[in-house]
Amino acid sequence: MNSSSDSTFPPRTPPPVAMREPGFAALRRYGRICAALWRNSVVREMSFKANFLLWIFVELLWFALQLSFIAVIYGHTERIATWSKWEVVLLLGASQLIQQVFAALFLSNCTQLSEYVRTGRLDFLLLLPANTRFLVSFRQVDLGAFANAAAGVAVMAYALRQLHLTPTLGQMAGFLPLCAAGILIHYSLMFLLATVCFWTVRAQGIVWSYYNLFNLARLPDAAFQPGWFKAVFTFVLPMLLVANVPVKHLAALPRTPWESAVLLTLALLCFAASEGAWHASVRHYTSASS
Amino acid sequence: MKYWHVLQVGIQNTLVYRVNFFFRASFGLIPLMATIYLWRAIYASNPGKGDVAGYSLAAMTAYYLLATVVDALTAVAEDDWQIAADIKDGQISHILLKPMDYLAYRLSLFAAGRLVYTAAALLPVGTFLLAQHESFVLPASLPTFALFACSTLLTALLQFLLSYTMALLAFWVLEVSTFIFIVFAFEYIAGGHLFPLDILPPALAQALNFTPFPYQLYFPVSVYLGRVTGAALWRGLLVQVIWVLVMFVLARLVWRRGIRHYSAVGG
Repeated sequence: MNSSSDSTFPPRTPPPVAMREPGFAALRRYGRICAALWRNSVVREMSFKANFLLWIFVELLWFALQLSFIAVIYGHTERIATWSKWEVVLLLGASQLIQQVFAALFLSNCTQLSEYVRTGRLDFLLLLPANTRFLVSFRQVDLGAFANAAAGVAVMAYALRQLHLTPTLGQMAGFLPLCAAGILIHYSLMFLLATVCFWTVRAQGIVWSYYNLFNLARLPDAAFQPGWFKAVFTFVLPMLLVANVPVKHLAALPRTPWESAVLLTLALLCFAASEGAWHASVRHYTSASS
Repeated sequence: MKYWHVLQVGIQNTLVYRVNFFFRASFGLIPLMATIYLWRAIYASNPGKGDVAGYSLAAMTAYYLLATVVDALTAVAEDDWQIAADIKDGQISHILLKPMDYLAYRLSLFAAGRLVYTAAALLPVGTFLLAQHESFVLPASLPTFALFACSTLLTALLQFLLSYTMALLAFWVLEVSTFIFIVFAFEYIAGGHLFPLDILPPALAQALNFTPFPYQLYFPVSVYLGRVTGAALWRGLLVQVIWVLVMFVLARLVWRRGIRHYSAVGG
């Protein structure tokens, strides 16, 4: 059948569902793509079961190490600025939750980007009929990191008990979107930095160096005197907001009223910046050696 | 001398990574600053107390600054990954054919890597030390500094031998990175990266002295700061030498077992 015969079919069928409800259908389509990607990723990961379990252990060990650091420090002081011991433990748990959910969904995807560019595999991804950034960002999922996120939640629950706090439904409802904003900030900044690989092949080193900064998120913000350091890590790379703000909301700790708004606004700004960098980078992209 | 050539070639090869090293050293300063701020807040929260386990705020700051310097001079960066990769990809076959000892060969490359890293880190770390100069103390005397230099050299050897031995596990297991990270975790806390070990409860600090970890960072820093002197200092140096020898023998043993187990991939 040739294309000119199209005009000989006058009864026009209603446009497919995808055209009428772009939002909903697209969501379902991308949900299915994501499920397929994750299924592949999990199958691949499960072929190295011992390694999978060992990595969970390694991450738990590092988490325990941070907890013991707090235990040692609070052997010598009652408070760090306004923060008591169990409040800081709560913060550490929340920061673990946020960082591990980020790691589960995005970390390896962000660090892999430079490999796609270096090897030219990005060509293949660009040709697929789906949003390339989506494909790049959701290619792999790390189930082990979810286990470590659960460890973070367990520590938070214990810290809340020690503080004799039972968060209200409202506090929980505020905590979760603020955590999501924190994850979005982590992801957007990491992705933004990963796009540097379109210009230099050595981006992976920079990305890993940057990942170390995530550790700032577990420190109580009140420990930092106002100054350029605090300003940079609050408003430019908001590491001091991503875990602090959700925790202060959850445990009703003293807080400045604008913090939540700043966190949410910065999350959107960071995402917009990473989207801009991504588009500029893809336009700059000229495949590898092919 | 052939290993001198390895060193020179190693320097040339590692120079490729100088930008990476520069970034790593610069980014590394940010957690360091955060730690210093954290301790400032702790001292400010306890105005009456003055010091923590014998550390004034300035001494505590000096500890972390010195730890950064010793770490730059002695830490193993890529060597263990490279050794494991050599074994996994069968690259060591080439080296086995040459009249070279693999341990000496890797040690030369490690030295080259540290030289280049130190040179690349000199600008960011040096600038930072200058900015913190009121906390950065000079060693008490020239002999103290000489002993510190000896101890730092032993620390570097210990770091290298431990990483070398861990990487040799690649003869038996496919993925050594988890094991390397587990050991690194212990080294990180028990070596004094997170905090000076003598702020721990005394019993715990004593127990740690029976492990090699304090000699991987904490000991040379304490020598420099004059926190360990006299007989204790000499005893510490002796223990450090013993650990280096123990690790050397272990590395040789593991290598011998490993090479017997080894069958070149695709070779």
